[in-house]
Amino acid sequence: MKKLSINKLYQLAVGILLTMLPLSATYASSNKEDKELNVKELVIEHNGDAHEWHITDINHHKIAIPLPVIVYTSTGWQIFMSSEFDKAPEGQYNGLTLNKEGKICENGKPVTLDLSITKNVLQLWIVMALMLVIFLGCARWYKGKDASSEAPKGFVGFIEMFTMYVYEDIIKAAIDEKHVKFYTPYLLTVFFFIFISNIIGLIPIFPGGANLTGNIAITLFLALCTMLMVNIFGNKEYWKDIFWPDVPWWLKAPVPLLPVIELFGVFTKPFALMVRLFANIFGGHAIAISLTCVIFITFQMGIAKGASISAISFLLMIFMNILEVLVAFIQALVFTMLSAVFIGLAHQEHHQETTSAQQ
Amino acid sequence: MPSFLTPDFGLFFWMLLAFVIVFAILAKFGFPIIINMVEERKRFIDESLKSAKEANAKLANIQAESERILQEAHLKQSEIIKEANATREEIINEAKSKASSEGIRILNDARKQIEAEKTKARNESKADVIDLSIKIAEKVLAKDLEKDARQKEWINNLLDGTTEKQ
Repeated sequence: MKKLSINKLYQLAVGILLTMLPLSATYASSNKEDKELNVKELVIEHNGDAHEWHITDINHHKIAIPLPVIVYTSTGWQIFMSSEFDKAPEGQYNGLTLNKEGKICENGKPVTLDLSITKNVLQLWIVMALMLVIFLGCARWYKGKDASSEAPKGFVGFIEMFTMYVYEDIIKAAIDEKHVKFYTPYLLTVFFFIFISNIIGLIPIFPGGANLTGNIAITLFLALCTMLMVNIFGNKEYWKDIFWPDVPWWLKAPVPLLPVIELFGVFTKPFALMVRLFANIFGGHAIAISLTCVIFITFQMGIAKGASISAISFLLMIFMNILEVLVAFIQALVFTMLSAVFIGLAHQEHHQETTSAQQ
Repeated sequence: MPSFLTPDFGLFFWMLLAFVIVFAILAKFGFPIIINMVEERKRFIDESLKSAKEANAKLANIQAESERILQEAHLKQSEIIKEANATREEIINEAKSKASSEGIRILNDARKQIEAEKTKARNESKADVIDLSIKIAEKVLAKDLEKDARQKEWINNLLDGTTEKQ
């Protein structure tokens, strides 16, 4: 019994050391270049987009996946690999440079159009490919089967259960029977895109790790989609509720107080959706990186202090990662649920229900 | 404004492209198939449950019916047995009465015959007595009527002897 537990402790220690190895390598290299570790810069850099997929540094040698750069410059379209910047002297290639924020600049100013396949774009494609594989694979399972055949088991069964959970408990709960079929594919796509992106963002190495849903462009797009869905397909009752709500006349007649507020709400609702998802995931990534930085900062203060505080930081990191898995699911759920509720509100038939639901 | 708060047009563009394509594919070949299949299965299960319930109810009905039929059969059986018993009793009684009346008849017949035989025999014996008396009378007569008193005694004795014989 005792021997077994010692064995287990040993395994655990080796495991922890192995997971910390790449981090210490990064630390070693960055430590020599600039003694002070700039946590703020590191957090923003890790959370932001990049033109290459940086994996690690070994002996001052950068190991990264180069990604194609597609930019429209004053001389026309330019397409090349991002590794050209490393090869070129002074990081200049065809008159283009990378600025401190990782943006491609021409003569010190950002280029007019940058359609590069960045780290986030590649991550986006990985997520989209994963979604296609999962759901088309799941749908293919049903070929040649009918209602009387057995329910799927294993992974297909899990995906079926997950999909039906979102459909039954979130989409169907918010949108009435007549319109639910129309909006379901959109809402399910949004849910699984956010959920898979969030989860894959928690994996620290290559196929994951990019901060996709913590990027404002992505959440802006998703929120814009929901806003368009709500306002394009909203019925008469919805528009009447905005411009002529069911309130005492003096709230809307001489000075259109409530209509203005309602109209403002048309834009604030999707804005809140955008910021909520962005901030939650961005914050999660920031905390994970900050906790990792604690290890390096404390080791600068000495081995003993470093080891003791790092142990706490390490435990905290495990806790935060588990919490982030929960957040990944909850944020996908919240975004989908609110989108479904907004869509459902745009399809209300009776006025009483509208007011009670809005409260 | 910090860089992470400004939406990147490139990423937005690729997101638009990728999302629209994936949405179009999944909206056509992905989610509706899964949801329709699950709902169809649900409907099938519901229907199966309903028909199973109906079948159960039917079965219960059938069971009750069969029990009722069995009960009826039992009742009929006991009735039939009762009837049969009654009939048997009747037949036996009838047979008994018939037999007894027949016996009586036969007995009567026998009695009558015996009576007839008796009368016949008596008649025959009477004739014999008459014959005998005549013979005795002849003998007496032949003995020639000697003494009256003694003769009478004689005849009486003779007569007694003959009647006792019969």
